[in-house]
Amino acid sequence: MDLKSLLNQRKVTILGRWFDLIVSSYPSDASRMLKKEDRFANPLGSTISREIETLFDALLSGADAEQVKPSLDRLLRIKAVQDFAPSEAMAFIFSLKEAIRTHLATELREDGIADSLVLFESRIDALALMGFDVYMKCREAIYQLKTDELKRQTHKLLERANRMGGTAQG
Amino acid sequence: MSKTPPPAELAKISHQPPETPWMETPVEFRPGTWCYSGKPKALEALGLPNVREWSPPDEDWKLPEGWQKIIYEGFKDRLNKYRSLKIFMDICVRCGACADKCHFFLGTGDPKNMPVLRAELLRSVYRKDFTTAGKILGHFAGARELTVDVLKEWFYYFYQCTECRRCSVFCPYGIDTAEITMMARELLHLVGVNINWILEPASNCSRTGNHLGLQPHTLRDSIDSLCEDIEDVTGVHIEVPLNKKGAEILFITPSADAFADPGIYTFMGYILLFEHIGLDYTMSTYASEGGNFGLFTNQETMKKLNAKMYAEAKRLGVKWILGGECGHMWRVIHQYMDTMNGPADFLEAPVSPITGTKFENAKSTKMVHITEFTADLIQHNKLKLDPRRNDHRTVSFHDSCNPSRAMGLFEEPRYILKNVVNNFHEMPENAIREQTFCCGSGTGLNTDEYMEMRMRGGFPRANAVKYVHEKHGVDLLSCICAIDRATLSTLMQYWIPMVEVAGVHELVGNALVMEGEGERTTDLREEDLADVEGEEDAV
Repeated sequence: MDLKSLLNQRKVTILGRWFDLIVSSYPSDASRMLKKEDRFANPLGSTISREIETLFDALLSGADAEQVKPSLDRLLRIKAVQDFAPSEAMAFIFSLKEAIRTHLATELREDGIADSLVLFESRIDALALMGFDVYMKCREAIYQLKTDELKRQTHKLLERANRMGGTAQG
Repeated sequence: MSKTPPPAELAKISHQPPETPWMETPVEFRPGTWCYSGKPKALEALGLPNVREWSPPDEDWKLPEGWQKIIYEGFKDRLNKYRSLKIFMDICVRCGACADKCHFFLGTGDPKNMPVLRAELLRSVYRKDFTTAGKILGHFAGARELTVDVLKEWFYYFYQCTECRRCSVFCPYGIDTAEITMMARELLHLVGVNINWILEPASNCSRTGNHLGLQPHTLRDSIDSLCEDIEDVTGVHIEVPLNKKGAEILFITPSADAFADPGIYTFMGYILLFEHIGLDYTMSTYASEGGNFGLFTNQETMKKLNAKMYAEAKRLGVKWILGGECGHMWRVIHQYMDTMNGPADFLEAPVSPITGTKFENAKSTKMVHITEFTADLIQHNKLKLDPRRNDHRTVSFHDSCNPSRAMGLFEEPRYILKNVVNNFHEMPENAIREQTFCCGSGTGLNTDEYMEMRMRGGFPRANAVKYVHEKHGVDLLSCICAIDRATLSTLMQYWIPMVEVAGVHELVGNALVMEGEGERTTDLREEDLADVEGEEDAV
């Protein structure tokens, strides 16, 4: 069996492991909440499980960058405001490698599979590189939020000040 | 140069947080997760103790001599004064019903944001000082000493609760975590531990009557400028009466409605409505703030700020007070005013001068919520409305925490929306009405240095908005709270940039067909309307 078929066949277990690895970066008391299925009662866990599946499928089908960006954005937008250093926020992408290697330990020794795995893992690396861009965009958005909020808070007063400034100059 | 570690060693790096018992895990003050401390000027103005310069990440918080004793005495005093506090300290059975209901827990995964554990931060000290089991058994009975680390933990987590009371909806004993947070913040005030974003507005409000400290002429100017904007859009010239003695009704709304975007459009809606029905009302430049940041400070400040509204009503000689779209103003009115400053016997029980409806629910506080007032007008067919003027928007409604959970105001805003908007979609059941999710920035946490935490806390709300945005194309989130209008705008900008935020009365203002108005081609934001044909047929 080739790697793609193997990953497709074991998709549920690999995704389960990947999910658990991501959840383990949160305090253990949160893990029960993060495993609830209701997307409104558990926005964090449900977003993780939904989006990692999309990413996994995209990696398998060789989808292009623009197609996976929305999923990466949904995940990293959360990580970018949580208590994670940038390296910790990005770590979840690389933990897919661990999930695959754990579940396919035996199969990976078979001829041909190892080479395909190197290729597949390079796609994960590419995903991570794209992730850095997405993460930085989210962080930059935080600074923009602060400026825009300040302007909105005093909208009419700024308008008045500008008007008065304009009068003085002209 | 050090050697690069081999891959096997690198792989050993664990991203899992260390497992230490919660009592032994001190807080870490990372940027974006704490608010600036109260400035000396604000503390002095409010008569609060231990005035000094300090910052939460500092090792030394410059606490006063004998601070543990000050807190102990303050705690004892409050346990005697508030029976509810004593009950809330004793009654919790740790059933866990509240655990996953807090938006901060859902957004952070931090267990100390579970309401049960947040309350336990206070309870553990309560047990040590006020229960026999705790005094004797200490840790074994869940008790602990009040140390500097514990105090820092209180500050960190009790300013990570927005007093939204969602957890209380699920508590089988009805424990009100908001009141636990209020008490914890009061205790922290006793030793000078507090945040500036609450104290400065409270101090300004106490001095000039509104959060920014705006003086009468500035308010006049801002309101006049809004009237000019209304005239640009509708062709109708309106003047807003200020400090008019003998008016029938005093209208009080959050001051942000007079100058902050998007509250200003809600404000335009109010005054269009009053003009439409010919209401005899006045606003005040002294009671020019509906918000009461005293609620987030202490009982004395809350009482003082609430009293100024009634003092002004008395001075102006009005019959009753109409309150605008505010959040916590209504919590103060509905839950505390009557026993704190009431009953307001010098005012009359509110009766709508247009419909004759007696607002029985407000006969003691003498203050009516504007959505009750407007819903009643619509019910009696007193408004000429053309909801098609909101057809360029697809709208949802965010139940603001305080009007919904503190006063049960669910139907009135929806009834109004049903009459002024054609495209309306509710968010899912477990994200609205009494189960509504907080904006994540209430109780005076709507400050920019706290942005990361606000985005985490608001994530569950944004997540539900995202759902209706994707499913129904919702692009406008309406609400009835000034803090919501300000903070949901920021929240949406981060999570769902295609969605804007509006007060319900902005949409009323768009739909109102005013006498003598010109042809409307834009809404109050001066954005183009959808093509409306046969407007003259509208009623």
